Amino acid sequence: MATYLEFIQQNEDRDGVRFSWNVWPSSRLEATRMVVPLACLLTPLKERPDLPPVQYEPVLCSRPTCKACNVDVPALIELFPSFQFPPAYGGISEVNQPAELMPQFSTIEYMIQRGAQSPLIFLYVVDTCLEEDDLQALKESLQMSLSLLPPDALVGLITFGRMVQVHELSCEGISKSYVFRGTKDLTAKQIQDMLGLTKPAVPMQQARPAQPQEHPFVSSRFLQPLHKIDMNLTDLLGELQRDPWPVTQGKRPLRSTGVALSIAVGLLEGTFPNTGARIMLFTGGPPTQGPGMVVGDELKIPIRSWHDIEKDNARFMKKATKHYEMLANRTAANGHCIDIYACALDQTGLLEMKCCANLTGGYMVMGDSFNTSLFKQTFQRIFTKDFNGDFRMAFGATLDVKTSRELKIAGAIGPCVSLNVKGPCVSENELGVGGTSQWKICGLDPTSTLGIYFEVVNQHNAPIPQGGRGAIQFVTHYQHSSTQRRIRVTTIARNWADAQTQLRHIEAAFDQEAAAVLMARLGVFRAESEEGPDVLRWLDRQLIRLCQKFGQYNKEDPASFRLSDSFSLYPQFMFHLRRSPFLQVFNNSPDESSYYRHHFARQDLTQSLIMIQPILYSYSFHGPPEPVLLDSSSILADRILLMDTFFQIVIYLGETIAQWRKAGYQDMPEYENFRHLLQAPLDDAQEILQARFPMPRYINTEHGGSQARFLLSKVNPSQTHNNLYAWGQETGAPILTDDVSLQVFMDHLKKLAVSSAC
Amino acid sequence: MSQQGYVATPPYSQPQPGIGLSPPHYGHYGDPSHTASPTGMTKPAGPLGATATGAILPPGPPPPGPHQFGQNGAHAAGHPPQRFSGPPPVNNVASSYAPYQSSAQSSYPNSMSTSSVTQLGSQLSAMQINSYGNSSGMAPPSQGPPGPLSATSFQTPPRPPQPSILQPGSQVLPPPPTTLNGPGASPLPPSMYRPDGPARPPPPNAQYQPPPLPGQTLGAGYPPQQANSGPQMAGAQLSYPGGFPGGPAQMAGPPQPQKKLDPDSIPSPIQVIENDRASRGGQVYATNTRGQIPPLVTTDCIIQDQGICFQLSNTLTPFNNTPLYLVNHGESGPVRCNRCKAYMCPFMQFTEGGRRYQCGFCNCVNDVPPFYFQHLDHIGRRLDHYEKPELSLGSYEYVATLDYCRKNKPPNPPAFIFMIDVSYSNIKNGLVKLICEELKTVLEKLPKEEQEETSAIRVGFITYNKVLHFFNVKSNLAQPQMMVVTDVGEVFVPLLDGFLVNYQESQSVIHNLLDQIPDIFADSNENETVFAPVIQAGMEALKAADCPGKLFIFHSSLPTAEAPGKLKNRDDKKLVNTDKEKILFQPQTNVYDSLAKDCVAHGCSVTLFLFPSQYVDVASLGLVPQLTGGTLYKYSNFQMHLDSQQFLNDLRNDIEKKIGFDAIMRVRTSTGFRATDFFGGIWMNTSTDVEMAAIDSDKAVTVEFKHDDRLSEDTGALIQCAVLYTTISGQRRLRIHNLGLNCSSQLADLYKSCETDALINFFAKSAFKAILHQPLKVIREILVNQTAHMLACYRKNCASPSAASQLILPDSMKVLPVYMNCLLKNCVLLSRPEISTDERAFQRQLVMTMGVADSQLFFYPQLLPIHTLDVKSTTLPAAVRCSESRLSEGGIFLLANGLHMFLWLGVSSPPELIQGIFNVPSFAHINTDMTLLPEVGNPYSQQLRMIMGIIQQKRPYSMKLTIVKQREQPEMVFRQFLVEDKGLYGGSSYVDFLCCVHKEICQLLN
Repeated sequence: MATYLEFIQQNEDRDGVRFSWNVWPSSRLEATRMVVPLACLLTPLKERPDLPPVQYEPVLCSRPTCKACNVDVPALIELFPSFQFPPAYGGISEVNQPAELMPQFSTIEYMIQRGAQSPLIFLYVVDTCLEEDDLQALKESLQMSLSLLPPDALVGLITFGRMVQVHELSCEGISKSYVFRGTKDLTAKQIQDMLGLTKPAVPMQQARPAQPQEHPFVSSRFLQPLHKIDMNLTDLLGELQRDPWPVTQGKRPLRSTGVALSIAVGLLEGTFPNTGARIMLFTGGPPTQGPGMVVGDELKIPIRSWHDIEKDNARFMKKATKHYEMLANRTAANGHCIDIYACALDQTGLLEMKCCANLTGGYMVMGDSFNTSLFKQTFQRIFTKDFNGDFRMAFGATLDVKTSRELKIAGAIGPCVSLNVKGPCVSENELGVGGTSQWKICGLDPTSTLGIYFEVVNQHNAPIPQGGRGAIQFVTHYQHSSTQRRIRVTTIARNWADAQTQLRHIEAAFDQEAAAVLMARLGVFRAESEEGPDVLRWLDRQLIRLCQKFGQYNKEDPASFRLSDSFSLYPQFMFHLRRSPFLQVFNNSPDESSYYRHHFARQDLTQSLIMIQPILYSYSFHGPPEPVLLDSSSILADRILLMDTFFQIVIYLGETIAQWRKAGYQDMPEYENFRHLLQAPLDDAQEILQARFPMPRYINTEHGGSQARFLLSKVNPSQTHNNLYAWGQETGAPILTDDVSLQVFMDHLKKLAVSSAC
Repeated sequence: MSQQGYVATPPYSQPQPGIGLSPPHYGHYGDPSHTASPTGMTKPAGPLGATATGAILPPGPPPPGPHQFGQNGAHAAGHPPQRFSGPPPVNNVASSYAPYQSSAQSSYPNSMSTSSVTQLGSQLSAMQINSYGNSSGMAPPSQGPPGPLSATSFQTPPRPPQPSILQPGSQVLPPPPTTLNGPGASPLPPSMYRPDGPARPPPPNAQYQPPPLPGQTLGAGYPPQQANSGPQMAGAQLSYPGGFPGGPAQMAGPPQPQKKLDPDSIPSPIQVIENDRASRGGQVYATNTRGQIPPLVTTDCIIQDQGICFQLSNTLTPFNNTPLYLVNHGESGPVRCNRCKAYMCPFMQFTEGGRRYQCGFCNCVNDVPPFYFQHLDHIGRRLDHYEKPELSLGSYEYVATLDYCRKNKPPNPPAFIFMIDVSYSNIKNGLVKLICEELKTVLEKLPKEEQEETSAIRVGFITYNKVLHFFNVKSNLAQPQMMVVTDVGEVFVPLLDGFLVNYQESQSVIHNLLDQIPDIFADSNENETVFAPVIQAGMEALKAADCPGKLFIFHSSLPTAEAPGKLKNRDDKKLVNTDKEKILFQPQTNVYDSLAKDCVAHGCSVTLFLFPSQYVDVASLGLVPQLTGGTLYKYSNFQMHLDSQQFLNDLRNDIEKKIGFDAIMRVRTSTGFRATDFFGGIWMNTSTDVEMAAIDSDKAVTVEFKHDDRLSEDTGALIQCAVLYTTISGQRRLRIHNLGLNCSSQLADLYKSCETDALINFFAKSAFKAILHQPLKVIREILVNQTAHMLACYRKNCASPSAASQLILPDSMKVLPVYMNCLLKNCVLLSRPEISTDERAFQRQLVMTMGVADSQLFFYPQLLPIHTLDVKSTTLPAAVRCSESRLSEGGIFLLANGLHMFLWLGVSSPPELIQGIFNVPSFAHINTDMTLLPEVGNPYSQQLRMIMGIIQQKRPYSMKLTIVKQREQPEMVFRQFLVEDKGLYGGSSYVDFLCCVHKEICQLLN
């Protein structure tokens, strides 16, 4: 094992796990002094082309209270001393070792053969209060998506506007739909009664374990196998009309999103509980009536802003949020997930609806119009397939975390809900969604990542023997997109170290990237419920404490302050995090904040880091493209910049470049190199665009362009209108801001860190 | 005022001796066209509130004259219902009577009964005695120019000769009691007669001018009752202790009790009808010559204390296809009195050279609006008097301005929504298919304005069982779309665009839909239904489309599915004949009541076709149709081959019927009396505004008037009825009817102008309304009491003195007892468990909206001897009385009551008739399982079918024909309609009832 960096990378590649600390402080007291909690980012379904599927079921530890899977048995035996081999292992020999007993398979995937294999379900919930071209584009996207779905998938269609229509897809001759009032909240039972689902639902729930095999689940008229109704549905989508109810001037169309979602949830709940299903909500505006309404239909009253929310002036917000939370929880309980595709110029109520996607592992996509490539590409990308030809989606997962006894589980942050499974390894101190050792992740893909937080409970006076290791096992049950049930088990172990004597070890094993993301998740999680300034103060305090703990300095001497390599980038991450849209709501609508936070809470480490600190590449004649500081000093007249913030890809032409391009040099044969220079960032941007989900907003701008603000708002304002002349340097572009720059931030940090007052 | 509670005015008068029985031959049968006749009794001088009732035929085409007359005979009164160009003075009428009457009298010397002369004499004497302060019973001439009430042609007012033409015994006009009283009355002097004391108030006398339209209602007036009006004990005893037997018979007889009455001797409705027809028939057709002097505005008078009956007919559609004159004042709208808001009419008196006018109703003096100014001529009439319908006519229409529209927006054209119950049984028995097929053709005939190419009415379709299915039939769709609304708890309209469509534009989609509906539900085995949500859905649809309209609901079962308005079977026969019986007539829940209110508020009329195979709770289901001006049709145990014809005829008629929507009626009166109660398919939000979701030609509103002050004989009593409504093309209009009545202080005059048919109509409606709140027993007693009181009052105040044992009936009311008996025998009032509760509720509801002509036929069916048919004549054979004794084994009789039609075949019917009608060789070969007569080329067949056609024509309900062979089982049903006989389920015979009434009268008089 070479460096920690390599070790970390290797672990991530193999297990999809990154810990904030890779050597663990061995007592509770010391662990709390580490400031950054012991935690990890887990990507449960990290793509592992090399992972051989195991066609049998995992063997569980025979102790009923343990139930750990016996992966990496040598480690287990070591770490879980009570592990008892089940009798099935009687015939083990050196040559015929099960895969899970081989050390390199710390992560292993089992395929379960038993159980009903119910087809995937896709329920489209489509807003019809759209502009004509928007609706047309959406219809085309939906029709296109039918060709991407597996033929045996069950599909359903709900459209809504002022009313909600549940379309019966199987009927010939006359097209039939069930219509619901958009203003009336209905219980699941009522919905099922009204849709005539009550009868099939009853036997199904009761007889579920007994006869799942022969129950093909085709009982619902509203969800039909795609191959049967492909033509019908295509026609039906084609004939979709805009909501016919008149909208008078000065009014918003009446949009019953709340009821439509409620019906979608109720429909699936009654027919296909605990089956992989996606509810895909396409909406072009805010819900304006009924339960879940976010804004009234009077146009003169604008939709709530952060300002309104702070002033407690958003009159529909609490009620709407409650409605959607209720729906989200029900959906999660049924193992279904809800995607939200919201395309409108104004806000669409993502703030209130965010939990639908957040709690169920659904996607959230925000765009200006359905008639943009951003939406079209993003939507299409949902149905991309992996190297095996399977969809990159999984359903109804439960994540079960087991720890060795020195650890307890404090919580998780990610697209999950608690299953409320208490146990000896569940901590009372919650970080994120806690109080449980199991979570449900209704929809996940290979990049879905959870932050999982632990607590060291070993007492200081009960030292762990030298060389002892702590172990954690992650067991993820899920429904593969091939409808197969699978279990992926990841077992990891790390060394314990005494923080008093071996602090250097611990320090060196600090993964500052993972730690930054994990701390950021905690901060964002807090920001959902706390005031913004409080969260910033908390983050600052943590940072200062960390610097005090791990910095090298002389008391009261800021100039002496140093951080080791493994911590050196951390303050910078925190600086950018403080400025990020995840914690700053200024200039963002509540919907945008929700959207950004949604993605931040589910992306893997790399993407999360990009979100915290965007990447800036510089293109020039001086050499190959190079990453440059995210700093205003990087904005030079003869450079082209490519910034990736995850949500936006910005190409920025420096002043001179822009003039050259305007003069048309790129079209002259003798300046072919200039053409190449112009083309290079475009090509790189395309590469990113191709891979990213959701599709980022693509911005091509230049010096002085209005869209240059996207770049200017991200860079460290090292030069501002305040200090430009003081610095007196020739490079960079001044940023018109009062924000502090990284330098100022660091100065303050050093001062506080070395201060004995803290 | 009545202690009895429900009826307007219980007329209890002081008993007076002297009862005469009018002979059967005399007396005029009131044609509906007559104006009302007041009945009166006398009472204290004070202005007791008298009540008058009038039935108002709401807008809708008036029944055509010819039919009317054919049926019921001519108007009794001498006034033709025509419209006159000039207002004849009231006096003319009066004067015209006198000669007429006398001549009539002379012409009947040989009446069947005892000499009329004597009778006459006695009556005359009685009259003299009776005379009160005012010697003249006639009303003073009406002041205003009489507005001709009817739009039809003018008839020459006096027709003195007619009476003489009459057959003997036939009566002409409403003669004064004296003249008219039948010969049967015994000449005995009144034994106990007490002259009216000075304290007695002048008897009311109402004379009417015939209301404009032939099919008018009447009002019944009752004498007010006085508290101290106990019978005087001094009265003579009845000569026959038993009270009744003999009374009615030939009156000649002294008080000897007769065991058996000669049925021919008691007043015969048939005779009355025939006489009237003979005297009046044909006159109706008089051409309307313009420029002639119009008949007087009605100059009938009302006396305080007396009720009047009057009838207004508000016809929406033109009479004989001639539209009412339409007045359009453009944006300024109708000219109205500033104070009472009465509309410009002939009662407005112009003064000051035409600059001002005085309102005839409230006497307020108003300025004439500048645009309306016109100079007056030498007799104070405006120069444009004859040019303006509102100045010279009794009925006319205004184009309403935006002020008269909801939300000040012109209304949208109305819509028809067809709502079909597609539950299992309806699919199974083919009803759904039948309806769908029929709709395809009948939709071609949606009503439209004369000048329009196509109907402006839009149509929509809903099917339902326990959920509702709306259909999008937008013209550009290839296929109809079905939208299911399952939220029946709170039903709503799922679509706007494409639900209500123009039939012509969407014809192919609609046909596609109608073809598919039976198939879509072919596999459904849903047998539960909802009902209130269906109406709600239709109403909401109209509301959403912002238009008035009409729902056609085809329903067949008790709505037991979980939803508002859910009903349970509560048909508890044990309640019959108890104080709780009324519950059976009340709706089970108040859901329907509030639903009806909403419907009316949104101009949504509901017509319900019921096809029950068992109890469906008509009392609950029928409430909304009743209150929204819709019609209820019921086809019990519907069988495709037997009943479909009747149903289809009803459906066609109902759809094609001319109709007005979203109507508000206001009745204004001159001072001294006012409208106090209204009966019909109406909703009263306030005490004055009568709201009607829709009003068609078959619906009548009966109005009760009461005095609230003294009426002046000089000014008479004026009534203006204004109906604001939306036409089928979506135009807002005001239909104005004006009626002027004379007031009289003479009770005798009042009795003279009484119209029995209208009286019965009023009694029936008020009794049927009271059913909801009072035990039936009480109601029956009240009806008998009222009959007795009215007659006793007459006897006391108007009739010539005679033996107490004599039953004396006013000529105009001599058929009152038989009709009253029919009313009492109606299954609604008959508390018998054998009769289906639904049927009783159904008939109750029918009567509530009936016009006078319909109610007359309903209570006293028409029985025609077919075997006497003269194939060469086009006239109907003379009807015979509804009694078994009139049937003969060798005869064939046709009976019709407006709901049913029977062809009764005597066992020895003439074979040639059998052959001619049925095209079978003999009686035994006749298949009674038919509802249509075969079309045989034989004249008998043609004639019979033509007669049936005439009878059916313009009746609101299609009558199902039943062939009844004498002495076969179905005859039992038929016999129930022989209303003069003792009823199958109880109900006394005519003779028995007459005796009973006589006894009551005697008691009162004593």
